[in-house]
Amino acid sequence: MRWQTDPLLVVDHLTMRFGGLTAVNNLSFSVGRKDITALIGPNGAGKTTVFNCVTGFYKPTEGRLALARSGIATSQEVAALTATGKRHAQSAGADLYLLERMPGHEIAREARVARTFQNIRLFSGMTVLENLIVAQHNALMAASGYTVLGLIGAPSFVRRQREAVEVAKSWLERIHLTDRADDPAGELPYGAQRRLEIARAMCIDPVLLCLDEPAAGLNPRESGDLNELLRSIRDEGKTSLFLIEHDMSVVMQISDHVIVLDYGTKIADGDPKSVREDPKVIAAYLGVSDEEELEKVEAELSK
Amino acid sequence: MDYFLQQLISGLTLGSLYGLIAIGYTMVFGIIGMVNFAHGDVFMLSAFIAMIIYLILTQLLGVSSLPVVALTALIGSMIVTSAWNWSIERLAYRPLRGSFRLAPLISAIGMSITLSNFVQVVQGPRNKPISSLFTTNIVIHQGADFPVTVAYNQIIIVVGTALLLLAFWYLVQKTSLGRAQRACEQDPKMAALLGIDVDRTISITFIIGAALAAVAGSLYVMKYGVVTFSDGFIPGVKAFTAAVLGGIGSLPGAVLGGLIIGLIETFWAGYFSADYKDVAAFSILAVTLIFLPSGLLGRPEVEKV
Repeated sequence: MRWQTDPLLVVDHLTMRFGGLTAVNNLSFSVGRKDITALIGPNGAGKTTVFNCVTGFYKPTEGRLALARSGIATSQEVAALTATGKRHAQSAGADLYLLERMPGHEIAREARVARTFQNIRLFSGMTVLENLIVAQHNALMAASGYTVLGLIGAPSFVRRQREAVEVAKSWLERIHLTDRADDPAGELPYGAQRRLEIARAMCIDPVLLCLDEPAAGLNPRESGDLNELLRSIRDEGKTSLFLIEHDMSVVMQISDHVIVLDYGTKIADGDPKSVREDPKVIAAYLGVSDEEELEKVEAELSK
Repeated sequence: MDYFLQQLISGLTLGSLYGLIAIGYTMVFGIIGMVNFAHGDVFMLSAFIAMIIYLILTQLLGVSSLPVVALTALIGSMIVTSAWNWSIERLAYRPLRGSFRLAPLISAIGMSITLSNFVQVVQGPRNKPISSLFTTNIVIHQGADFPVTVAYNQIIIVVGTALLLLAFWYLVQKTSLGRAQRACEQDPKMAALLGIDVDRTISITFIIGAALAAVAGSLYVMKYGVVTFSDGFIPGVKAFTAAVLGGIGSLPGAVLGGLIIGLIETFWAGYFSADYKDVAAFSILAVTLIFLPSGLLGRPEVEKV
């Protein structure tokens, strides 16, 4: 139960309202370090909204998202940081960030959370290689002395630039796109674009990688390759994975921890096996028959 | 033929100035999809700043070396104008980001009027003359009626523009900052999720645009030796026309457009009527918008779904 003993991300009482609509309601869960955590649920359950809150796309209406980039944060440390109004605390035990207080680019740069999208969002006009280098922007920007050293070609910048290209190339090799490095990203086939998006997210050197339906639209072979890639990322131990997935075979095969949402609230949380057998999960996915519903209503009325 | 050559030289000079200003329009449009109508007035402001620095150096401090004075005025104007444009973006455009599409546009028109009126109040409404610099002529061809000449300041303008463009092209294509700019152009939200500070990238774009406009402004004062508060409007609109003609959002397009507008204007004035040269230049805008809406080098706009 790594999500209890060594949590990377602790979400506390997260609520997100859009006008009168409550997309996520009082949701609490943890994501374990070095785990593959899956967030599942029927359409409209609020999965993507949770992702958007974690990555700073939305500001949560209420709630706390505490991420320990390294170490284990005690609840006292989290409470202490919450009370200060700051976004980051470095203690002996942990390097702690409160994501709900940070704008999107800082979540990526400081807390190191990366994400991919359900509808792929590559920079389609840039080349495949550039897509991977642009993700290393902050490191390069610092090395280039905010462009001044870069323009005059200072050796420190040239070295860093070469390193960035090396990182990008090693990823290209891993996702089998080395020979398409200089093609515009938009011209790649769909499956390759998905892999490239994951590689680009990995280029910011994340501690948490959020994947929104990574297997959507992939054929079984591509889907198998993807599982392989995700497992290998997890096994390297630097990046934990948090994914939304509809494909149950992917979820059951690769995840260590499954959280089930329905109508914005959590209905189950545990290892894949226990979740699969949970009657509430089965009901949410298959629907409850009218008779059962009727019985429930009658039971309520006769109270 | 001699007459043609002489007009060509003038046209290229003027076109280079338009091109430098047009880059500012096209870059800002590329990154935030807004036509920065105040950009022409930023150009006018930079010309005043260059003139003030020039006068301080020559009149108050008595610096006599002309290249030193010109270079100091140029660099000083680039720095001060960049600071101005940074503040303009910070005050007038950034608070409106995420508002409806027309809001920053209206704000830009307001900023344009504010700038020209501010300069009118603090500098007075009359033309401010200094003597043109680097006016020595080189005779490149002894024609039958008159010698075809190039002035030093024309050479400085054309060569300076070409060098700046090379540096600028390198900046956008090869450096991390340029990549970040292109990323913000395509998908600012995604760029932010990769750790790129989109607001800062936009600020830097405004700073670069202003620096290039300041080069144009300083060279303008150096060549024509006169500037007034309303001088931002017509060159600004012409540079905008150049950006549209070249394909707004495209950097080489902006320069190409600038050169074409400069040449058309000069030849029209030279062969037909100087009174109607603006009509010729702006007819180009109308014709481009009708027949070539994405410009000469622009990509057709693809709506994201």
